Amino acid sequence: MGAKPVVLGAVAYDAKVVTIWDGFQRWFQGRGLPFDYVLFSNYERQVESQFDGTIEVAWNSPLAWLQASRIAAALGRRAEAIAMRDSDCDLSSILLVRASSDLARLSDLKGKRVATGAPDSPQATLIPLGHLAAEGLAPGTDFEVVMFDRLAGKHGDHVGGERDAARALAKGEADAACILDANHLLFSQDGTLATGSVRVLGRTAPYDHCNFTVVGAPSPGIARFRELLLSMRYADPEVRALFDLEGLKEWRPGRTGGYATLAQAVDRFGTIDAFVASVASRCA
Amino acid sequence: MRVDLGDLGFDEGGHLLLKRGLRSLPAGGEVEVAGSHPDLDLHLGTWCRAEGHRIRPATAPGPGRIWIVARGRADAARLEGAVPAGHADASRPEAVAESPPATWGLAARGALVEAGGPAFGFPLDRRIEVWSDDAARLYAQAVAAQWDPATAVPWDARFDLPDEVEDAVVQVMTYLVENETAALVVPSRFVAQMHPHFREVMQLLAIQAADEARHIEVFTRRALLRRAAPGLSTAGGQASLKTLVEEPEFPIASFLLSVLGEGTFLILLRFLAQHAPDPVTEAVTRLAAQDEARHVAFGLSHLRRHVAEDPAYRGRLSDAVRRRHDALRHTAGLNSLVFDALLVIAAGAWDTAALRRGNQRVMALLRDMDAGRRASLERLGFSLEEAAELSGLHTRNFM
Repeated sequence: MGAKPVVLGAVAYDAKVVTIWDGFQRWFQGRGLPFDYVLFSNYERQVESQFDGTIEVAWNSPLAWLQASRIAAALGRRAEAIAMRDSDCDLSSILLVRASSDLARLSDLKGKRVATGAPDSPQATLIPLGHLAAEGLAPGTDFEVVMFDRLAGKHGDHVGGERDAARALAKGEADAACILDANHLLFSQDGTLATGSVRVLGRTAPYDHCNFTVVGAPSPGIARFRELLLSMRYADPEVRALFDLEGLKEWRPGRTGGYATLAQAVDRFGTIDAFVASVASRCA
Repeated sequence: MRVDLGDLGFDEGGHLLLKRGLRSLPAGGEVEVAGSHPDLDLHLGTWCRAEGHRIRPATAPGPGRIWIVARGRADAARLEGAVPAGHADASRPEAVAESPPATWGLAARGALVEAGGPAFGFPLDRRIEVWSDDAARLYAQAVAAQWDPATAVPWDARFDLPDEVEDAVVQVMTYLVENETAALVVPSRFVAQMHPHFREVMQLLAIQAADEARHIEVFTRRALLRRAAPGLSTAGGQASLKTLVEEPEFPIASFLLSVLGEGTFLILLRFLAQHAPDPVTEAVTRLAAQDEARHVAFGLSHLRRHVAEDPAYRGRLSDAVRRRHDALRHTAGLNSLVFDALLVIAAGAWDTAALRRGNQRVMALLRDMDAGRRASLERLGFSLEEAAELSGLHTRNFM
């Protein structure tokens, strides 16, 4: 074994994750950075592993970022988002209804059935339900929530839950469906939703998605990892294949201003409080 | 520049208009986008995010809204390092690469190949080994000359042969089928190893295999026309063909099979067509001979090119003939049943004069075959003496 590698954690929401990180591992190692990765089946295990030292940097969902940053705060430490994809910036969630529906405004959803993704999906559940709650519609009280839970613990990374929600809307099993903005065009183009069959009833404010999270002062290895990450170019064919799989055109410096909407939602629903308290107490 | 989508949605192909508008701009170049589709704001934003373009609204929400899209670097970056895989027209200079890279893979010749593609394992990837400027012409001829076994042969023709003559025909057909099977297997194996950059050669070998498939069909059908089973397949005949099937080098296999083997076979098929005792045998051997002539032409064409570029390769070819001869030294060669059957067919009758005449014809056939091989060898640049020696060492099984 040579120098101590930078060890990254990622969640295996799809088989392609192995291809992606094997590829990045080769790329980093080819530039002299010892690098390894560990795959987790769920984000909670990954967040815990960052605090027990198994991994130094975590490729986190926005919900995992909130978990990690709050645990760090409870421990008197600081979490930092060191980089993210260009495609992680300024997303939104939308509420769809059938085009033929007479629902005209969000308040019309009172007493209706609203389809969502997995319970821990920021984009297809937490943020849109938070948006409705902010509009005065309490989930489960003012309207029924029909969750399509694919791969719990993966924070909605798998698109299957959203697709099931969209199908439920199309089939009339739900009155509205919550999905990521980009999936409207995707589902229209892949035939999940017939062209012109749905319309957008509401849209959330912009928010940010995944980031590379480190806790505490970055090591020299992490600094080099970030430097190399930001130097990757889509014109490099080795990088391009991995970017296409991971869904980005460039890495950007991390920013944390885009997580407030999700933070408000999880505060409202108490989604991560017990987990944060549990890990923080064990690590204290 | 302005792109007006009207009421066309991005889920209805509207993105194509924007792509077309951006294509002529440098990275950072801006285009105004207008449109009235109700989801345009949503789709424009998510599409630009995914494609790496930047977008901002130029006017307030409402009818007639305008957005500004700035072209990102990604779509142009995809083409950095892309190379043209030669040129589609093989007659242009430099159109066919000497040694096309494995990463050109299955790309059409002349296509722009994005960098970073997978490397394919096509071991036949040197132009000198496979290329012939005649391949395209021979392929076109082959396509135009395909005949339908169901209609090109008078299967229902009335004829009546003595049992011994019918047996002779069946034995010859049995021999032809296994030889044609070797002639199908050999190019089929090499076509799967050939770099697709050599498109015309690949196509020609494919249609050559299809030719042999039809030959196998018609020879089998003729054998079974009046008999329940084909005749005898001999150990010596199969041993000779096995040396062809197992030859690993394409130019050598092509030399042994197409130039010497099929060249000899072509003369045999014409002989059979000339002396055929019935119209079905005449038709199947005549039609097969037409195809075999093309196979011989291709073999000669690419090998002439090969030895012109690398004259020392003639030594490899002559070594191959000697090696094959040594390998077959202890086998029987042409089986006596086939030889006798040829004599019976050439005689056409059982009286002594006819048999003598048949024997003379078969002897003349052997001389014609030898002369044909020597002529081909001389066209490849072998001396008269070398050609005579190598022709004499050719397998006694003909193919």
